[in-house]
Amino acid sequence: MIASVLDWLTSSATWAGDTGLGARIVQHLWYSLLAVAIAAVIAVPLGLWIGHTGRAKSLVSVANSLRAVPTLGLLFAVALYLGPKIEGNLAFLVPSIVVLVILVIPPILSGVYAGVEAVDPASRDAARGMGMRGMEIVRQVEIPNALPLMLSGLRSAFLQVIATATVAAYVGLGGLGRYLQDGIATNDYVSAAGGAIVVSVLALIVDGVLAVVQRLVVSPGLTGRSGGTRSSRRGMSGTGEAVAPESESLLAGQPDRPSQPAARSAAH
Amino acid sequence: MTWVSDHWNEIFTLARSHVWLSGLPLILGLVIALPLGWAARRWSRIYPVLISTSGLLYTIPSLALFIIMPIILGTQVLDPVNVVVAMTIYTVALLVRTVADGLGSVPDHVLQAARAMGYGGLRRFVGVELPLAVPVIAAGLRVAAVSNVSIVSVASLVGISQLGNLMTDGYARLIYSEIIAGLVACVVLALVFDGLILLAQRLLTPWLPAQGGRA
Amino acid sequence: MIRFDGVTKQYPDGTVAVDDLTLTAPTGKITVLVGPSGCGKTTSLRMINRMIEPTRGTISLDGQDTARMNEAEMRRGIGYVIQHAGLFPHRTVLDNVGTVPRLLGWDKKEIRERSRELLDRVGLAPELADRYPSQLSGGQQQRVGVARALAADPPVMLMDEPFSAVDPVVRDQLQDVFLDLQGELGKTIVFVTHDIDEAIKLGDQVAVLRVGGKLAQISDPAYLLAHPSDDFVADFVGRDRGYRSLQFQPSPKLPLAHERTLLVGESTDGMSSAWALVVDNERRPLGWVEPSRVEGPVTTEMLHRGGTVARASGSLRGVLDAALSSPARRGVIVDDSGSLVGTVRAHEVLSLIESVDRPDEDLADAFAESEPETSR
Repeated sequence: MIASVLDWLTSSATWAGDTGLGARIVQHLWYSLLAVAIAAVIAVPLGLWIGHTGRAKSLVSVANSLRAVPTLGLLFAVALYLGPKIEGNLAFLVPSIVVLVILVIPPILSGVYAGVEAVDPASRDAARGMGMRGMEIVRQVEIPNALPLMLSGLRSAFLQVIATATVAAYVGLGGLGRYLQDGIATNDYVSAAGGAIVVSVLALIVDGVLAVVQRLVVSPGLTGRSGGTRSSRRGMSGTGEAVAPESESLLAGQPDRPSQPAARSAAH
Repeated sequence: MTWVSDHWNEIFTLARSHVWLSGLPLILGLVIALPLGWAARRWSRIYPVLISTSGLLYTIPSLALFIIMPIILGTQVLDPVNVVVAMTIYTVALLVRTVADGLGSVPDHVLQAARAMGYGGLRRFVGVELPLAVPVIAAGLRVAAVSNVSIVSVASLVGISQLGNLMTDGYARLIYSEIIAGLVACVVLALVFDGLILLAQRLLTPWLPAQGGRA
Repeated sequence: MIRFDGVTKQYPDGTVAVDDLTLTAPTGKITVLVGPSGCGKTTSLRMINRMIEPTRGTISLDGQDTARMNEAEMRRGIGYVIQHAGLFPHRTVLDNVGTVPRLLGWDKKEIRERSRELLDRVGLAPELADRYPSQLSGGQQQRVGVARALAADPPVMLMDEPFSAVDPVVRDQLQDVFLDLQGELGKTIVFVTHDIDEAIKLGDQVAVLRVGGKLAQISDPAYLLAHPSDDFVADFVGRDRGYRSLQFQPSPKLPLAHERTLLVGESTDGMSSAWALVVDNERRPLGWVEPSRVEGPVTTEMLHRGGTVARASGSLRGVLDAALSSPARRGVIVDDSGSLVGTVRAHEVLSLIESVDRPDEDLADAFAESEPETSR
């Protein structure tokens, strides 16, 4: 069994062509990127605004409680609703992307919000007291300090999208999910397992790449990687602490820290 | 809604299987994560290893894991054990860190006092550290429960019956109410799990004030 | 000059944080706002740069109403130091110091040079420039905070409990550095603290506020210690205020006694007195020895170092303390270069104190804009 899966993975026939593995990987990454980009365009400014002004915090809780809705059902419901309304190939693409976007708004939003929220109030106070204006505070103080949690949120968003895009093959989306769906539908377990392995490896690589990006863009002052002695006084609040023992009920909101992997809920 | 009343029995059967597939891994996962989390606390070198391993495991998409499971376990593709093991892996991955951090949240002075009174090793763990870590562990468990309920529905794509079947079937036969029924049933189930864990936590930590919602 | 005119801050829930405050912080002086928590001292401070908007009344900077100024621009011209320094954790020490110059659009090179100069000014080693705040001790962070506030050379500084989060020894050092700097720079400073000792040490003028945001008394520290206006102020100023007020009395000519001294390595043989003072080659006092208890040449290990040393030009508090703390009961007095000029006994200091009047003129009155209706 393992041998035939390996054969499948290493066969040039598997990789070649417009519907080959190579093309499917590119497709899969493209959908993921598209969905995360759209979600980020919505969720990042929103999260910054909520964190900066402290207004409409309930939006974060609402978004988080969305995580309890099973992806599969959401996907099918949206596909069934939107599909017939859209013409041509987009009928398959748009509903899936819409669901993917809906799905990853919560992790991005709560990552950004939690990041801004975690900025030391003294830093923010000092920034204001030194004459920084609203946007200057956001750009020069809040974003750089929120970056660790923002990027954690973005990372889990990416992983959720990669996982869910696989499932979206069932409503006609391309990408690596095709191997899994078609394989199971035609009792071709070898290509289903091969696709499953490739999508897992893809997820691991993307996560690794994002981890490296995170290291590169986050100030060493926040990560304690800059060497030397650290004072014990109020070290930066750890990025990605344990889930907080506080949420009262599910609908009141999940513990909204995008800790790894706690925040990567429900999406698989 | 007539669809729901016509298919009450079916929904109930599927829900029962959903409870098993998502609930059993929760218990197994907790049982496995406790010693692992304790070890991660005890030997600081294990901590990063366990944390990154569980991070990697959590990265694997669920549908892929369901499909890969038979290769690893040597089971049949349609065997529910695949789902239980896969969900247990996710649960452990999520809880190891929570348990370790929960144990870490026990104030140092409490541990010192326990040591001074002659609590050692396992007795201190069971008698002092674990009870005090309950709130953090329970919070992690609640996240895992909600996440499990949602992920398990994906298993209908590999032919394992549970509430997810309502969604796939509803989609295939263009029955909206069926999909919605599946969605609602899953959310209700998640709420029930969440409430049960919360209740258990209250019973286990009578010294903590009941929290009135989020601050 | 900063002037509060009938300033009140009332929150929507009805709490009055500051109640009809009128006072003046004169140019080039340190005005300390002191009081228990809930007295509105921080609120008052934060209303100056409009971090908090007053409900009623006006605050003016050099005669100009702050309510009419552009908030951000005004703040860039006011140094701001807060309790936990509020350094930006993602920026290096040097970049933290250069924050306001960067906002003002200075040239990069100029910013760097200015920042380095300031680090030196507040007594931080140059190699700390590239560190991050999390790598500094609390005291070092606070120094960076002061340097950052001074970066654009603002004429006015607001300081909100800047030294209260560090341990007493470091606090003392920071206060001294701060006073030295102020001696050179002569900024107009409003300084908030809950610590009356700090207020008395640093303030040219001390305003005591009571809970509910009312001004209880404003005067120079010596007068405050000598004439608290009511029980609240007396209580707040503390029990040993009589002793502490000596700090503000410069020593008159002291009746100094000649003290026989010896150097380390010399023998005490033939000395009849119970205690002998050991000095170094420049006659700087090192400590006392008991000739009857030691034999042979004096070594540094034999020295009693318990006594404090007072400068002849210092305050009576220092002189009295030197006398009280000396094991020989003779207080060691030195000149400004630290060389021994003689010793003095406690009873001699006490009779000096008795001969000097308590300060009865409130120096705060000398500040032209001082508030007439302040209760005394």
